[in-house]
Amino acid sequence: MIDKTRPDTQSCVADIADGATILVGGFGGAGMPHELIDALIERAPRDLTIVSNNAGNGTKGLAALLAAGLVRKVVCSFPRQADSHVFDGLYRSGQLELELVPQGNLVERLRAGGAGIGAFFTPTGYGTPIADGKETRVIDGRGYVLEYPIKGDFALIKARQADRWGNLVYRKTARNFGPVMATAAKMTVAQVEEIVPLGSLDPEVIVTPGAFVDRVVAVGTGAAQ
Amino acid sequence: MSEVATDLKLWTRAEMAQLIAADIPEGAVVNIGIGMPELVADYLPRDKEILLQSENGLIGMGPKPGANEIDWDLINAGKQPVTLLEGGAIFDHTLSFTMMRGGHLDIAILGAFQVAENGDLANWATNDPNAIPAVGGAMDLAVGAKNVFVMMEMLTKKGESKLVERCTYPLTGLGCVSRVYTDHAVLDVVDGGFTVARLAPGLSLDELRQRTGLSIRARA
Repeated sequence: MIDKTRPDTQSCVADIADGATILVGGFGGAGMPHELIDALIERAPRDLTIVSNNAGNGTKGLAALLAAGLVRKVVCSFPRQADSHVFDGLYRSGQLELELVPQGNLVERLRAGGAGIGAFFTPTGYGTPIADGKETRVIDGRGYVLEYPIKGDFALIKARQADRWGNLVYRKTARNFGPVMATAAKMTVAQVEEIVPLGSLDPEVIVTPGAFVDRVVAVGTGAAQ
Repeated sequence: MSEVATDLKLWTRAEMAQLIAADIPEGAVVNIGIGMPELVADYLPRDKEILLQSENGLIGMGPKPGANEIDWDLINAGKQPVTLLEGGAIFDHTLSFTMMRGGHLDIAILGAFQVAENGDLANWATNDPNAIPAVGGAMDLAVGAKNVFVMMEMLTKKGESKLVERCTYPLTGLGCVSRVYTDHAVLDVVDGGFTVARLAPGLSLDELRQRTGLSIRARA
């Protein structure tokens, strides 16, 4: 019998080692797997590389992970926010490496990572500092930049419901990076509001098939904020 | 000091937003960038169906929610709560950026630090070494939307023109801007130069040329 459910968040992150690359879902607070991040902070592996759209805001979630000193590098598209003071301080004092990636390239690099693509040419960033030092090519009169896949050791994502096979459905715009990150990691962990019986999710609306998911844990309905 | 007509009346941000909103045709798929362009949403004509897309995976964005309707799982690119119109749809980031990069947006409305005569756009970083860089989806919109509209004040606080011969700030995209809405004028980027589409009340073309230092063309 396939059973990907786990009893608690701690057991979902217990094997995350020092130096791991972790894909963290969410766009701002929507889709941010707060409970899994809390468990990760408790587990406290060091020298992590975090791939996420933002670099944390306020004092919870990614900001708390950064503040705990566990992260060496952040790969993201938009670190600067009104309340990103934790990131800002660490970055300015040179304690955190930043790889700034245009959001569409971030998505496509994750997609390539999950889809077995070796590299791809994208027009985004051509002629800008983002393309510095990268291979470029003109195809049909348009300039493109060669970009490489991003793969994670772990993906930590948030969905609304899961079944024991790991099938996922999401809630509104909290879907965002969840589906693509689920494909791009060796070990994908989803925290969900509830685990439902196998067969109760409509196959027409399952967004992430369980084949992409390794562990699911129910955490109830926390505030998205 | 140049002579300025006493009846010169620059457009307010609200008036700029109204000008843009009036230029958006029924049925258009539009992405409104964060910052000043967000004002445009407040002036979209109610009698036209216009589809607002947001990079975080929704299309058919509606007005701001009432205090009792706020749902933090339903937000826009600026991470503010929004509503969804009937017929609206939600999708993941892969599909959202397929929409943005694959030429499926009719118009993207972006803020800017500088726009050059050749249509180059600079809107994500200044040369301030202490600034935290952030690019988000701007470079994707710049290359992917069929039309890129810029909304910005024409002069910096120091009075320098943000319409320039060549951008001095790091670029967002090459030759991507089609139209610029400023408080002084609306300009089209045509064949490597600006052409005036509209002037603010009381502003002469000569005065506009003087303030920008550019040889802006009269409306054809």
